[in-house]
Amino acid sequence: MVMRFYSIAVYLFLYVPIGIIVLFSFNSGRNASDFRGLSIEWYGKALSNPFVLESLTSSLIIAFSAAFLSSIMGTTAALALQRMRGPMKTMFDGLIYVSIMIPGIVIGIATLVALVTVFDALNPLLAAVWPEGAEPPRLSLGYVSVIAAHTLFTMSLVIVLVRARIAGMDRSLIEASQDLYATPWRTFRQVTLPQIFPAILAGFLLSFTFSFDDFIISFFVAGANTTLPIYVFSSIRRGITPEVNAIGTMVLAVSLTLLISAQLLLRKNDTKKAAKG
Amino acid sequence: MATMIKDGNKGSWLTAVLLAPTTLWFLVMLIMPLIVVVIFSFGERSPMGGYAASFTFDQYANLPSRLKAFTNTLTYAPLGTLLTLLVAYPLAYYLAVKVSARWKLLLLVLVIVPFWTSLLIRTYAWIFILGGRGIPNLLEMIGFDDVRLINTPGAVLLGMIYGYLPLMVFPIYVSLEKLDKQLLEASNDLGGSPFRTFLQVTLPLSMPGMATGCMLVFILLMGEFLIPAFLGGGKIFFLGNALVDLFLQSRNWPFGSALAVTLVIIMLVTVTIYMRLTMGSKTGRDVSIM
Repeated sequence: MVMRFYSIAVYLFLYVPIGIIVLFSFNSGRNASDFRGLSIEWYGKALSNPFVLESLTSSLIIAFSAAFLSSIMGTTAALALQRMRGPMKTMFDGLIYVSIMIPGIVIGIATLVALVTVFDALNPLLAAVWPEGAEPPRLSLGYVSVIAAHTLFTMSLVIVLVRARIAGMDRSLIEASQDLYATPWRTFRQVTLPQIFPAILAGFLLSFTFSFDDFIISFFVAGANTTLPIYVFSSIRRGITPEVNAIGTMVLAVSLTLLISAQLLLRKNDTKKAAKG
Repeated sequence: MATMIKDGNKGSWLTAVLLAPTTLWFLVMLIMPLIVVVIFSFGERSPMGGYAASFTFDQYANLPSRLKAFTNTLTYAPLGTLLTLLVAYPLAYYLAVKVSARWKLLLLVLVIVPFWTSLLIRTYAWIFILGGRGIPNLLEMIGFDDVRLINTPGAVLLGMIYGYLPLMVFPIYVSLEKLDKQLLEASNDLGGSPFRTFLQVTLPLSMPGMATGCMLVFILLMGEFLIPAFLGGGKIFFLGNALVDLFLQSRNWPFGSALAVTLVIIMLVTVTIYMRLTMGSKTGRDVSIM
């Protein structure tokens, strides 16, 4: 009984702060914390603010690209690793583990320092080989560096998820397909892929969520670009406004939708497997 | 035999192609950047505020100038980890042992979900609650004036627990879930009191989960920037805050690199201790959070 009340208290602790942000995002008062009644005024204000729209667009482009790249590279890597043994596999396992565990701030710093160094070395070179008269391109931090840095983590996440699915897969179907003289490609497309697809999709959604929510890595490597979390960070620095509550609620809603979809995809397959076994 | 070798070659060629993009990513986005940071940490600051090639230990010798950031981080991170463990354990125990199978999944998902939502927004929520117009305002109405909650050590610790609780609950839950219920019954049958059963059976068996949770939370707290920045009000300064300052504001990259390398070394030592502690018990390595 005591344990039950304790657990309810912990759940309240986890969700009440989120609930307060959501509630106050519908506040019609000018003042951030003085509740005056319901309105969607601040959503309108947030969504007509050009800075919000611009940073939201950046965040969506970055999150989609990172998720897309991660799903493809993570899946191919998971398929390859499943065939591997020995020291090479141990090395890859180590790298995957490190990419997941390493704190964002370290990745942010390392990427910033390394890319700026590489760009500083390449830019004069590009300018030298570029044809006369044309403006040489200047490499600099931006979308691409944020996407690349996010993809390091999210790719490893997809590898872990897809590998778990491959490990739980029904091998007899693959053998049956091979016995029926299906080509390896056909076996992959018609037997393996349908079985691992929920894990790939879940990986895509989780990668999107991670990238969309990330603040610290983007803070270091976004250069002159602003993502939505960076915008929110700097507006909080300037002072609390109801607009931040509205943006925060929208960000939470996006993550929650994607997360619940990912969970359903991962669990559905588990229950199917359980029913069969 | 010949066909086997041919098959093997074809297989390894395909494996190499499938792994190529991932290998490239690890090289360019993980290994090379870490090496560059190590090189920078032995360099000098150029007059313009970038990096000047050199080989000197000056940056490392200068580390004590950020002593406050070190002592703060090394006090708050372990303390925050311990408090998170204390809050998480009863919940993990309740979920693993007491809850019926029907509710288990839902309740577990409800613990994990906040971890995957924006830490920025969740920490902001506490600025909102603890800040002048939040709880202090309510307290004023009932007669407690001038209560300050935000920008205090307590607020930072609260933010830490709030941010990383899910990461602690999950591995402990996993280790308790695997716990053989028959052991508990055996202990009961042998006349062990519930408390003694807990102390002598449950607690030792959930050690690997606790170790995993503590390691994960400790490592993330060591590199934390947002929570002290938002809830410590610039007075409680962590290594993460020092790093943001050195790389993005004062642009002293070589010194910042030395600080970052030191931080990574502390993290590596933590992981090594963890590996030693959980050696032999397979259950401890379960770091999956989904």
